Amino acid sequence: MICHDIVIIGGGPAGLAAAAAARKNGMEDILILERDRVLGGILNQCIHNGFGLHTFKEELTGPEYASRYIRLVKELGISCRTGSMVLSISRDKEVTVVSREKGLQVIRAKALILAMGCRERPRGALNIPGCRPAGIYTAGTAQRLMNIEGYRVGKEAVILGSGDIGLIMARRMVLEGAKVKAVAELMPYSGGLKRNIVQCLDDYGIPLKLGYTVVDIEGQDRVEGVTLAAVGPDRKPIAGTEEHYRCDTLLLSCGLIPENELSKGMGLPMNPVTSGPMVNDRLETGAAGVFACGNVLHVHDLVDYVSEEAALAGEHAARYVRNGGAESETSGHLPVILRAENGVRYTVPQSLDPGAMAEKVTVRFRVSDVYKGRSVCVYLDKTCISRQKRRVMTPGEMEQVTLTRERLLQAPGLKEITIRTEVEE
Amino acid sequence: MNGEKELTCIGCPLGCLLTVNMTPEGIFVSGNTCPRGDVYARKEVTNPTRIVTSTVRVQGGVIARVSVKTESDIPKEKIFACMEEIRKTSVPAPVRIGDVIIRNCAGTGVRVVATKDVEESCDG
Ligand SMILES: Cc1cc2nc3c(=O)[nH]c(=O)nc-3n(C[C@H](O)[C@H](O)[C@H](O)COP(=O)(O)OP(=O)(O)OC[C@H]3O[C@@H](n4cnc5c(N)ncnc54)[C@H](O)[C@@H]3O)c2cc1C
Ligand code: SF4
Repeated sequence: MICHDIVIIGGGPAGLAAAAAARKNGMEDILILERDRVLGGILNQCIHNGFGLHTFKEELTGPEYASRYIRLVKELGISCRTGSMVLSISRDKEVTVVSREKGLQVIRAKALILAMGCRERPRGALNIPGCRPAGIYTAGTAQRLMNIEGYRVGKEAVILGSGDIGLIMARRMVLEGAKVKAVAELMPYSGGLKRNIVQCLDDYGIPLKLGYTVVDIEGQDRVEGVTLAAVGPDRKPIAGTEEHYRCDTLLLSCGLIPENELSKGMGLPMNPVTSGPMVNDRLETGAAGVFACGNVLHVHDLVDYVSEEAALAGEHAARYVRNGGAESETSGHLPVILRAENGVRYTVPQSLDPGAMAEKVTVRFRVSDVYKGRSVCVYLDKTCISRQKRRVMTPGEMEQVTLTRERLLQAPGLKEITIRTEVEE
Repeated sequence: MNGEKELTCIGCPLGCLLTVNMTPEGIFVSGNTCPRGDVYARKEVTNPTRIVTSTVRVQGGVIARVSVKTESDIPKEKIFACMEEIRKTSVPAPVRIGDVIIRNCAGTGVRVVATKDVEESCDG
């Protein structure tokens, strides 16, 4: 059987950064498996600028950001196999992969890094009534069709969902000569970045209809129009508020979900809120030596944090291989559970080991609603150890707090760390 | 240029709603929580600029389009003229990141450059 020290599944920004970090931590034998014919993942179709402000201190487009990591991985001599799709993974880290050149193969790894990214919520899950004429796309599919294949997806469009991809696609269609009549958002706030609302909608006079949804789609063969209606606090349409728009295209931008069929197939414990695997402070999942990073772990809005998180996974995977197994890594402490509470939707990681953890651990999380003037509070069991006031927090932007080993070790018998928001007087 | 304008500051997630008053005595900004909002509003009402990103047709490449960007920001009112030129352009494969695709886009003096490598296709 073919064996490698570290096998990485997915060649997007997460997989690439994890590979580079593992190499820098002494690993020679690394293999990246990517199902697409090129490396770079979703960034290949994100042709807009705004990537890498944190990492490179310049504003790159998606393909430029990806190319920096692809070049790095090549310079480091890391093996990559494109056109290779992983079908399943077993608990003892045997990876079944299929490719046109080599057929079906089983590869055994000492450590695995999951970096499969995420996919869009399919339209079937959206529950829009009416028939299914042509002209309905998810925003990401439309993005790939326009930016890589070079198709024009439509002349007049309505977009449902105001996540970043929907906003970016609104501008993209207008620049290509289409008319975007409206962006409708079910929630009373947009899940997208402010910058995208201003530069993609306001710049082109596209109305953002908050608290609206699609209630009807017209057209037999091709979309001919859609009806929007306002929703009440229960998110149900309110009769009498219907507005009709003529259009030939409806784009759906209704959120992303981590692509975790492989993780579920392995029987990894999953987090119902993130839809990603549960991990500890080393980004190690419920199976020893299997690590996860990037959008497969939880959906990120900034690629810079993906690269940062992935580098950590690569470093820990390298350490795991060097030590010949996780057991040597634990300190004998029982793992401490991280709890998300009162406006904090989830945390990554979900547990940590104060004895063995790094000097500092970054805990990333998202909040459930738009909060102004609330504090992020950290409790060690019942004791509050930090309270940071944030002027504003929104569900669309990932937040973080840093925990130090030094402080955690001062709390003997620690069982639980709670991260919560609190209203300031 | 006289009048009042409302803008959303993009300097940080707070997204302050800015009111800009343009009078013969000068420009007055209110609603900003910090000085960055003031700087942003003045630039937006006097000389708004944007980077434009799009794609250009590639002949004989492994994919049909290559992504491009204006090398620096261009005046906002030139965006559509710039897009017009980008749409008319096509380039032969191979293309390398940084290759100049248009020398002077829509008279702005700004170059349009490739942001992706596109290899030649083997099957013609
Ligand atoms: C449309 C869109 C716009 C965005 N805009 C911005 C922005 O403006 N600024 C910013 O900073 N960030 C932005 N982001 C976020 C950022 O691009 C992503 O968070 C980042 O690309 C995630 O990286 P990843 O490696 O986890 O996932 P991906 O880039 O999705 O890579 C995952 C890779 O795994 C491969 N894969 C999956 N399953 C298998 C399998 N079974 N076998 C083999 N390979 C597999 C996939 O083919 C893919 O190449 C955007 C994201 C999207 C989706
Ligand atoms: S004015 Fe200052 S605080 Fe307000 S959005 Fe702009 S940068 Fe943020």
